[in-house]
Amino acid sequence: MRHGKYRFLAGALIVPLTLYGAFVLSPYLQAFQLAFTNWNGVDSAPEFTGFDNFSKLWDDPLFLAGLRNNGLMLLVVPLAVIVLALALAAGTRGTRVYRVVYFFPQLLSVAIIAVLWQFVYTPNSGLLNGALSALGLDSWRQSWLAEPNLALWCVMAVMIWSSVGFYVVLFSAAMESVPGDIMEAAAIDGAGPMTVFRRITIPLIWESVQVGWIYLGIAALDGFALVQIMTVGPGGPDNSTEVMGLGLYRTAFTFGKFGYASAMGVAIFFLTLSIAVLLLRVTKRERVELA
Amino acid sequence: MRTKHAFLTLWAVLVTLPLLWALMSSFKTDAEIFDSPWTPPASPQFDNWSRAWEQASIGQYLFNTVIVVGGSLALTMLLGALTAYCLARYEFPGNRFLYYTLIAGMLFPVFLALVPLFFVVDNLGMLGTYHGLILVYAAYALPFTVFFLHGFFRSLPGAVAEAAFIDGASHAGVFFRVMLPMARPGMVSVGIFNFLGLWNQYLLPRVLNPDPDHYVISQGLAALAVSQGARSDWSGLFAGLVIAILPVLLAYVFFQRQIRAGLTSGALK
Repeated sequence: MRHGKYRFLAGALIVPLTLYGAFVLSPYLQAFQLAFTNWNGVDSAPEFTGFDNFSKLWDDPLFLAGLRNNGLMLLVVPLAVIVLALALAAGTRGTRVYRVVYFFPQLLSVAIIAVLWQFVYTPNSGLLNGALSALGLDSWRQSWLAEPNLALWCVMAVMIWSSVGFYVVLFSAAMESVPGDIMEAAAIDGAGPMTVFRRITIPLIWESVQVGWIYLGIAALDGFALVQIMTVGPGGPDNSTEVMGLGLYRTAFTFGKFGYASAMGVAIFFLTLSIAVLLLRVTKRERVELA
Repeated sequence: MRTKHAFLTLWAVLVTLPLLWALMSSFKTDAEIFDSPWTPPASPQFDNWSRAWEQASIGQYLFNTVIVVGGSLALTMLLGALTAYCLARYEFPGNRFLYYTLIAGMLFPVFLALVPLFFVVDNLGMLGTYHGLILVYAAYALPFTVFFLHGFFRSLPGAVAEAAFIDGASHAGVFFRVMLPMARPGMVSVGIFNFLGLWNQYLLPRVLNPDPDHYVISQGLAALAVSQGARSDWSGLFAGLVIAILPVLLAYVFFQRQIRAGLTSGALK
């Protein structure tokens, strides 16, 4: 190999590593430090307050509301998306045109999706109430985002709407790599389509499904953009759509409590990490090898 | 069979209906929008579109987005490929440490970094500037890009590079003339992945880009939804929404196969 290797390496790596260090690594590390202070962004020296911020989190009704709502999203959204996507992926075998259509929302910015659905849910001129009236279901009309019992479900519906298509494509690509003769053999042995799906297709594509659980689980702990743009307040009505990310954003950039907001960030980090590890454990299965 | 197709069609309708409805509404007058969500416009109001483009600054937002996304995408791809290549093909002390430090960036939620990041960018005087956003976008796209391309550069055969070295090529020459062209399929996949990710950013510009003249499209549209809503120029807002959707729709029509393959292969990595 030619000499000058280290000069080349240094020249190639200095810029990316500086960028990464300044904008990614150092903020992450600083967040852990700030979380133990009461810094408000003005005083030059932040005061060390130990675990005060973290114990405050447990008495903060807004943060607890966010925790509860993210928890509900975590229970509902990944399961709904995976079930729907598996069903649609199995159904679209051989008909690609559906997948092309289903995938499209994946390409839209979550901000654009939020604005679009805000219009859909608008009480008087929105698509949803209009559709209900057209179907003769006038009594079902609602001010969707203004009802504390409904608003969070409306947000979750949008999350599901926007993510199903991606997993349809992911799962159907995996399904296509399942050899047809295995399915045929099972069918000859008398297995019905449901049994083949449950006992053969699902185990063989499990790796993709596992990826889905983890991505969707992490996404369910976010929800910031949808809630911040779509809901009244945002986070309302009555904190019914509050999410942890919104609480952090507000605490930092509206109230200037940067130390406390960093503690929220640390809490969100540990929650995300635990959920990812937990989902990895729970969804772990013996890998099926095709000989 | 019947129920299967009914189910598939139902989901296709659920996906497309809100989009088609927004398109139709973008040609209606405000009065028509409030009158009935279903009826098509009596005569198409092209004026909505020009109003959204000029008065509501959608044109300006698109321009900002093209600059920020174009700049950060180019930077991410160059730096990401270079970093991945060095870490994948050169032995040096600290190689593993650097690789895992970079990859660790994918584990952390952006919310954790948000507060300190705001002050880092503020202290550099880069809040609300194009170059500030470009640098931050590139820094956050770097871990995944390096991770994806690292595997790719590893799998390339070494013989071609060795032959080039014997022919007297420099290290940089081998990277740019030999290895980078061989990594093209991987670059395309990760490039599509990054493009969409950067185009759709909302949280970072929301915090780091407070200057309305520099708003990117997702941020600008969300801001319009609040302010126009108050002034109730609904038709203009619908037009703005459709204009914001059109570029990705067009890209999808032309490159749909590559886009789906690029995004899903990124997820499985």
